[in-house]
Amino acid sequence: MTEKESSASIELLTFQLADQEYSLDIMSVREIRGWTQTTPLPHAPSYMKGVINLRGTVLPVMDLSQRLGLKAREHSDRNVIIVVSHEDTMTGLLVDAVSDIIAITEDDLQPPPEVNTGNVPSVVSSLTLIDERMIRVLDLGSVVASVQSSAA
Amino acid sequence: MADTNDPMAEIRASFFIECEELLEALQDGLQELDDGADDTETINVVFRAVHSIKGGAGAFGLEALVRFAHRFETVLDEVRAGRMTAGPDALKVFFQCADHLSDLVRISRDAGDLPEARTAELLGFLNEMLGEDAGAEEEAEEDEDIDFQPATLSLDMDFGDDDGDGLALPDIDLPDLPPLPGLNRYTIEFRPENELFETGNEPFHMLRALDEMGDCDVTCNLGKIPDLDELSPEHSYLSWTIELASAVDVAEIEAAFEFVEGLCSLTISQNGDAPVSDEAGPEVVNGVADPIETDTPEIPEQHETGSAPAPAAELPAVSEDKPAPAPSVAKSNTSSSAPAAAAKSVVRVDLDRIERLVNLVGELVINQAMLSQSLESSGLSPHSDAMNGLEEFQRLTRDIQDSVMMIRAQPVKSLFQRMSRIVRESSASVGKDVRLHTEGENTEVDKTVIERLADPLTHMIRNAVDHGLETSEERLAAGKPEQGRVNLVAAHRSGRVVIDVSDDGGGINREKVMQIAIDKGLIPEDASLSDSEIDNLLFLPGFSTATVVSDLSGRGVGMDVVRTAIQALGGRITISSTPGVGTTFSISLPLTLAVLDGMVVQVAGETLVLPLNVVIETLTLSNKDVEMVRPGSFVVRVRSGFVPIFDLGKELGYRESIEDFEGCVVLLIAHEDESHAALIIDSIQDQRQVVIKGLDDSFYRAPGIAAATILGDGQIALILDTSDIITNAMGSVGASNSTPATGIPA
Repeated sequence: MTEKESSASIELLTFQLADQEYSLDIMSVREIRGWTQTTPLPHAPSYMKGVINLRGTVLPVMDLSQRLGLKAREHSDRNVIIVVSHEDTMTGLLVDAVSDIIAITEDDLQPPPEVNTGNVPSVVSSLTLIDERMIRVLDLGSVVASVQSSAA
Repeated sequence: MADTNDPMAEIRASFFIECEELLEALQDGLQELDDGADDTETINVVFRAVHSIKGGAGAFGLEALVRFAHRFETVLDEVRAGRMTAGPDALKVFFQCADHLSDLVRISRDAGDLPEARTAELLGFLNEMLGEDAGAEEEAEEDEDIDFQPATLSLDMDFGDDDGDGLALPDIDLPDLPPLPGLNRYTIEFRPENELFETGNEPFHMLRALDEMGDCDVTCNLGKIPDLDELSPEHSYLSWTIELASAVDVAEIEAAFEFVEGLCSLTISQNGDAPVSDEAGPEVVNGVADPIETDTPEIPEQHETGSAPAPAAELPAVSEDKPAPAPSVAKSNTSSSAPAAAAKSVVRVDLDRIERLVNLVGELVINQAMLSQSLESSGLSPHSDAMNGLEEFQRLTRDIQDSVMMIRAQPVKSLFQRMSRIVRESSASVGKDVRLHTEGENTEVDKTVIERLADPLTHMIRNAVDHGLETSEERLAAGKPEQGRVNLVAAHRSGRVVIDVSDDGGGINREKVMQIAIDKGLIPEDASLSDSEIDNLLFLPGFSTATVVSDLSGRGVGMDVVRTAIQALGGRITISSTPGVGTTFSISLPLTLAVLDGMVVQVAGETLVLPLNVVIETLTLSNKDVEMVRPGSFVVRVRSGFVPIFDLGKELGYRESIEDFEGCVVLLIAHEDESHAALIIDSIQDQRQVVIKGLDDSFYRAPGIAAATILGDGQIALILDTSDIITNAMGSVGASNSTPATGIPA
């Protein structure tokens, strides 16, 4: 493998959120599960769907559309939970549907334009184009880590 | 220690584990002496503990430890020999030495810096006690004392290895037959031929059989072993000479060799009383060098290294004059004169393995719940075999769970011993004379609870010594004995462990507490608080009553930290104080952190679990029982008392508050601080044991939720922290501090 070159290849898992396409580095994805009923947590922020039983451990699940300030959608059978691991903490992300796995090089990533994001946390780390579709690459750290402060 | 492949590291690690036990015995012994015990056995126990630590330390070249332990031991030996009395002053030094010894052990284990100054200081004390002439004779003893230990250790180890079928170790515990009058002494010559091994016989079993007959001294004759290049692995070279003192007759000895008749040469001669009259018929069979079993090479090796094929005969002899570091041996030694301390057989198990077992049992409980739920929903008759079997299965699961939890349980004794050291140190630093009185040391609590209790308890003990007790002058003026007293009492009470820390000091100075709280802006100036409310101010963050900030306490982290730590363990802490008589802090803890007896309830479509021990009563409401105190705030009349009532669904944000209370189910909740509240729920589903699963609260910490559990259908149910819910609910209802929980007359 060619290492330390700017054209290092990365794989992204792409998924649908409110008719937009987002993606995550596949290395942070542990598994993908069908939607199951969550147990809601009291007084939790609206994007916290609650917790589910992941083979004996308690997994918190958040609705990624609501987390990103997108329009909430009715749940359908295609909804899935992407189980991600960030700094040894597992979290479930509820998304509308998983689309594809794409392999790109880092050269294909473009930084997002600097815009005033207002209250919505800036969680898109970069953008890329696949077949003329724009795909947003999420920065998992800021999706998961800033929950604490915004929930407090 | 990290290298598990190094056998030495393993032995070293087990030496330090043994040290912990020996130090505990040492503390115990000193405590007994301090309590007035005067028998030689107690002094012996203390002496032996120090001696064994020294011996083991010598084997590992821990010079500093050896030097200190040696001097300590010498002084103790003087006491043991009656040349010195262990008065209160001497005991004080002994306690300090014991503390220091345990420091040295810890430092040696972690390879830290040795506190030379302290060692020198204590050695000075010890030398003083010994007088001048002691120094010289010490040097002489030193060598002999130190080098026997490695031998004992390796002996111990080889028993584990030499024994193919794992039967030798239990033999160590076999008591030797007491020497009876009229013993016959036999000399037995036993030389196995090649055929003996070919037919799969094993001399070890015969030697053991002989050992069981009486006092047995076995010598292995290695003279016939040729040089290595001539050694045939399939040839028998060894023979044994056994000196046996036993009441048995020759026929019985022959019986031991019954199976190898003709396969060995055997001579039995009786000496001592009379030569054996009956002809034992030495059968000599000239062996032919036929191929024999491959286990022969093992056997010479076993006896070369072990040099004691009959462990039962050898080991007690070792432990009699020099206790081996192995505690089981040391204990069996003491038990000869103190039968109460009879040695229990103990197995050391890696904590990880127990953790794994606990987790597996947790899964089993969940699985069993799932199975029983699916069987019930499949419409089987409750009298069918399957349902009956399930019931039995449930009972077994519960038994297994209890047993596993018991493995994790440990007596609080080790914790209490640490506390007695804290008392000694803190009383010395504030110049008060304090005695720690402990009770219920054998109360067992989950290991994790014990570990996490050490810090809060230390803090409380220091507080008791520093703030709780008055100075000696004040005590004498108040007509109390000069020596202050701190009690540390543990007991099991209705499925929980209660630990009380009390002092016989002046009690809480409530005026001062009020003033400080007002000065610090913790309460409004015109607040009127009840006595118990004032006492509870101590738990407010940032409260510290010490007028002088001593190095013991008063660093601003006060009782609030203690309370937080206790609550994190699922416990509660309460305080009670009587002016002039003393203060008592009472900690109530769950026995285990892994399972919970819960009440499963339904609220607003959600399934929730409440700890069963907080629910004291369930009621069905009618509107006439409920009175409105002010809008949004209600009380329910329970017999002649009023209890604030809250809707659990509303408190958890699941629904709007309900107006009609007719037919509602309420749970009456009581906490250790005597506060009561009633919680409205929709229905009670079940009472069952649930496995506690931690919630990852780095993500989001839900108020009022302690943990979660997995129900039979695989769904997660939240476990409520009722105290948190009620505190929050009271805070949100009306003005602060105005709705104190009313007690219910029982």
